[in-house]
Amino acid sequence: MSKTMEPDLHEPSAGIPRPSAQKEWKHPSDHWMRGFILDNRAALGTLAVFIVMMAVFMIANPTVFTTWYLYRSVLTTLPVALFVVVPLVFVVTCGEIDLSFPATMGFASWVFALVVQAGYDPFLGIAAALVTGMLLGFLVGSLVVYGGLSSLIATLGMNFLLRGLIQIINEGKSMALTSLSDSWAYTIFSSQVLGIPVQIFWAIGFVVLSAMLYNRHRFGAQVRVVGDNPDSAQQMGIDVKRVRVKVFVFVGIGAAIAGTFSVMINFTWWPTAGDGYLLPVLASVFVGGTPTWGGIGTVVGGAIGAVTVSFIQTGVVAAGLSGFYVQFFNGLIIILSLLGHKWNQARYR
Amino acid sequence: MAERLIELRDISKSYGQVYALGGVNLSVDRGEVVGLLGDNGAGKSTLIKILSGVVKPTSGEILVRGKPVTGWSAARSREAGIETVFQDRALAVQQTIVRNIFMGRELTGFMGFLRVNNEIEEASRLMREIGFTSKVFTPQSIVGQLSGGERQGVAIARAIYKQAELIVLDEPTTALSLTETAKVFHFVRQVRASGRSILFIGHNIHHVFDIADRFVVLDRGKVALTTDRSEVKSAEDLINFMEEVAHPGGLAGLHDAGDAEQRAR
Ligand SMILES: Nc1ncnc2c1ncn2[C@@H]1O[C@H](COP(=O)(O)OP(=O)(O)OP(=O)(O)O)[C@@H](O)[C@H]1O
Ligand SMILES: [Mg+2]
Repeated sequence: MSKTMEPDLHEPSAGIPRPSAQKEWKHPSDHWMRGFILDNRAALGTLAVFIVMMAVFMIANPTVFTTWYLYRSVLTTLPVALFVVVPLVFVVTCGEIDLSFPATMGFASWVFALVVQAGYDPFLGIAAALVTGMLLGFLVGSLVVYGGLSSLIATLGMNFLLRGLIQIINEGKSMALTSLSDSWAYTIFSSQVLGIPVQIFWAIGFVVLSAMLYNRHRFGAQVRVVGDNPDSAQQMGIDVKRVRVKVFVFVGIGAAIAGTFSVMINFTWWPTAGDGYLLPVLASVFVGGTPTWGGIGTVVGGAIGAVTVSFIQTGVVAAGLSGFYVQFFNGLIIILSLLGHKWNQARYR
Repeated sequence: MAERLIELRDISKSYGQVYALGGVNLSVDRGEVVGLLGDNGAGKSTLIKILSGVVKPTSGEILVRGKPVTGWSAARSREAGIETVFQDRALAVQQTIVRNIFMGRELTGFMGFLRVNNEIEEASRLMREIGFTSKVFTPQSIVGQLSGGERQGVAIARAIYKQAELIVLDEPTTALSLTETAKVFHFVRQVRASGRSILFIGHNIHHVFDIADRFVVLDRGKVALTTDRSEVKSAEDLINFMEEVAHPGGLAGLHDAGDAEQRAR
């Protein structure tokens, strides 16, 4: 048997010319701007969609769109959405989905309302709501992860189940929380600073912190790896199940804050609290540029997606079109964004 | 006698009705290169997955430095100084090289936040060390953009990062060019020279013969042969033995066909 085809295994280093590129790593993009754009292309794409959309609305009706009142109504509801959109980016990156957050919002804010109505400090109510959200997130996550169920179906089921429970116990009755208005918690979380609703500042803080968690923290790194290749993650010693449960807990926390905020805005808790958020929030995540297949995503993109989605309705009406156009525009924006992201993102799996 | 680093005792593994391993013993001493050989489906990958804690054995015992371990897991095995380059490379292709090298072992500082700059420095040092950096990519390139050999380089870089005491290589040279293969073998020698151990799985018996101190041949889930290099005169001896194991009594036709095939390569 001839050995001529065998590599020279005994003196390998002598035969290998050391390529000069070995000395220095060269970034393929020579300018930092290009690197920045490449790294954030999904978020920037979403921003472009938003700007174009707003431009169209403004051309349609320049006057209405410069009225402050319009932005303020968006700035009151947008934060509520942001608190669930952002954790959902983590869930989708992890290769899962959570459709149970509307019921979690309702459930956690119900606990908040009960505590406040019983005469306790609203801060205690917020703490109780957070604990409720965490527990529900843990419950849903464990069901999916340890029960080995499809998150799409299991969380849909949990959404009905929890909402049903709320309805059964409350028999459709709402709770008015008038005492909230002169509490410290209200001033801190729901008042206005220079005419701007403070919720938006809390939401921005949440987005920034979560973006750091996603991009610069061990948790985010593991979420991305697990969503990308769970087998490899497991082989490298990552507790894949635990990471998966954690993202559901994160949604639970976000939903609890969102639910509580929405109650504080309205001074009323409804048994349907959170229900209307299901579709807009999901749309925001994907409009924001997080793909459905897991492993990658963008928190900032998701936030911009939420801004886009929340401006559609207001924008359509402000532009002088009838409310019948809202759904059409919702769909149009979603489809256009998806097409844009498909063209904008390289797919490696 | 050198210190016994790892010992697998009477390891069995069944997947439902399929018996992948039936009572295998395997040990690796410090500073030793062990070549694990066997046909496709012999159970080599299953065995090293048990060693690296990814697969739980149906029965059997694992000893690290002479002490039996309990609750063996992938994380525990990495803590014990065992690094594995899996046959499928175990990379997350949408992530950067850095994220893959530090997968499950992120360098963190304050409150679990990543020390990104440290990670990038370390990653480029490792890639340079391996010599898999001939192309223009950076530690922040996406693994999905790399060629098969470059990906293998990332997997190997990950395995050498922690100065592991035992590095397990499951067919590291499949899909590699001759130069890249030579680099892998050079690396194996370096590791041994530094007094650490290697468990090497390969299908090219000439390659394994050249670098291993000891050979273990698996056949259908059982150890068919364990032998020191000194007891085997040439790679041909080993090949003959393996063929004898695979086709007891010598299936003449098969034997000739196999020979012809090998000559043709
Ligand atoms: N997850 C699994 N489920 C069921 N059977 C499995 C599984 N993994 C391995 N096996 C079986 O166990 C046996 C041993 O497989 P293993 O991957 O260890 O072989 P190998 O020696 O590494 O082969 P190769 O040289 O082809 O890599 C095979 O018969 C295989 O079909
Ligand atoms: Mg194998």
